[in-house]
Amino acid sequence: MQAPDLPRDTKTLPIDQAIQAAQRVRPQDHVLFVNRRENSPFVVVVGMSPTPIPVPGQFHRLLIDERTTAILGEEMPHRDVMDIILTLHKDMFTGLPGELFLGAMGILLVVSIVSGVVVYAPFMRRIDFGTIRHRSSPRVTWLDLHNLLGMATVLWLLVVAVTGTINTLAIPLFDMWRAQTLPVLLKPYQGKPVAKPPSIDAAIERVRAYLPDARITSVTMPTAARFGSPQHLVVWTKGNSPLTARLLTPVLVNADASLAIEAPQVPWYLRFLQVSRPLHFGDYGGLPLKIIWALLDLLAIIVLVSGIYLWFAKSRFSSRAYLPMTPGPKSHTRPADAKLR
Amino acid sequence: MRVDRKPVNSASRIYQTPLLIAVISGVGLASALLGDGVWDILSWINLGIPVAIAIFYWRRRAT
Repeated sequence: MQAPDLPRDTKTLPIDQAIQAAQRVRPQDHVLFVNRRENSPFVVVVGMSPTPIPVPGQFHRLLIDERTTAILGEEMPHRDVMDIILTLHKDMFTGLPGELFLGAMGILLVVSIVSGVVVYAPFMRRIDFGTIRHRSSPRVTWLDLHNLLGMATVLWLLVVAVTGTINTLAIPLFDMWRAQTLPVLLKPYQGKPVAKPPSIDAAIERVRAYLPDARITSVTMPTAARFGSPQHLVVWTKGNSPLTARLLTPVLVNADASLAIEAPQVPWYLRFLQVSRPLHFGDYGGLPLKIIWALLDLLAIIVLVSGIYLWFAKSRFSSRAYLPMTPGPKSHTRPADAKLR
Repeated sequence: MRVDRKPVNSASRIYQTPLLIAVISGVGLASALLGDGVWDILSWINLGIPVAIAIFYWRRRAT
C-alpha cells in the first residue's frame, strides 16, 4: 500500500501525531513499535496490540500517511512470492539446520571452483583462451564452453559462494548476539513498571545527535515483553553507506530524558560478516548491477549444467571404452564393474 | 593421425586472460561497496566485461 501523491512540498508531521492517529482508531490498544516501510515513502507503520504482550492473530499494523496522519489501512500478514523464494534459497523452510546444510553446499561449491581452476590448465595446453571447438564431438564443445564461461565468471562466482556460506553463519550469529546482548543490558530494568512512552520525535532527535550517520528503521516502545525494555525506547538504526546499510544497531533511549543514551557495541567480527550480505545478493549498486548479476547468474547456471553433462558424458564414455568390442545393447555398467569382466 | 603442431601453452599464458578478468571483476565487485555514483558505474562496467567476454567468445564462429 502506497501513500497517495501529494504536492512535493507537503511537510511531514511528527511521528508522535501518527501514533496519536493510530490510538484514535484503536484507543484500547498498546502501541508496541513504529517503523517505516522500505519501499513506501511517507508510510509509517504503527504496531498495536490489545494486550501488552502481543498474541498471534490479535496484532495490528496500521499504515499511516506521515504527512496527513490519514489511516491508509492495515498491513496484513502475508508472504509474497519473493519471501517464499528467499526462504527456499536460505534454508529450504527447515530453519537453522537447512541454513547450515546450504552453507556446507556453499563450501563444496568453493572447492569445485578452486579445483576447476586447477584442471583448467591441462585442457588449455594446446588451445587459446575462449576457443570453442565446434567440429569435434558435442562433449568437446561443451567442455570448451564450460571452461570459457567458468573462467569468465570465476571470481564473481567464488565471491558469491564464499559470501553465501558466510551468510549462513552471519545471520544466526547476529541473532544470537542480539538475543544475548540486549537481555543482559536490559536486565536491571526487567520487571520495572512500563514507562509512559516519551515523545518518539524527541528520542529520534537524540539518536540523530548521538549517531549522525545512522538511519532509523524502527522504534520499539517501552514494553513488559522480552523484545524491548520497560524503561526505554529501543531505536533500531542502520548505516547509510552500502557497506553498513544492512547492519542493525540498537540504541537504547531512556524514557527519562535526563539519562544518557546506551548503544551496545556490535562486535567487529559481526560487522565484518555483514559485508558478505551485499556481496552475495548484488543489491548494492542499483538496478544495472542487479541485471548484470542476473546475467552472471545465467552464465554460472550454464557452467553448472555443462559440468553435470560432462560428468555424465565422461562416465558413459569411459564405461564403453572398458567394455569388450562385442555387439549388443549399450551397457550401463560402471567402469569398475566393466573392468572385472 | 594428425598431430597438432601448435606449441604447448605455458601456465602463465593459460592463466593470463582469466587472471585479467578476475582482477577486473574484483574491482567491479568492490567499487559499488565503496560508494555510490561513479563507483556504481565503475562496477557496472567492470562486471559487464566478463559477461561481454563470455558472450563474445561463445558466439564467435569456430576458428
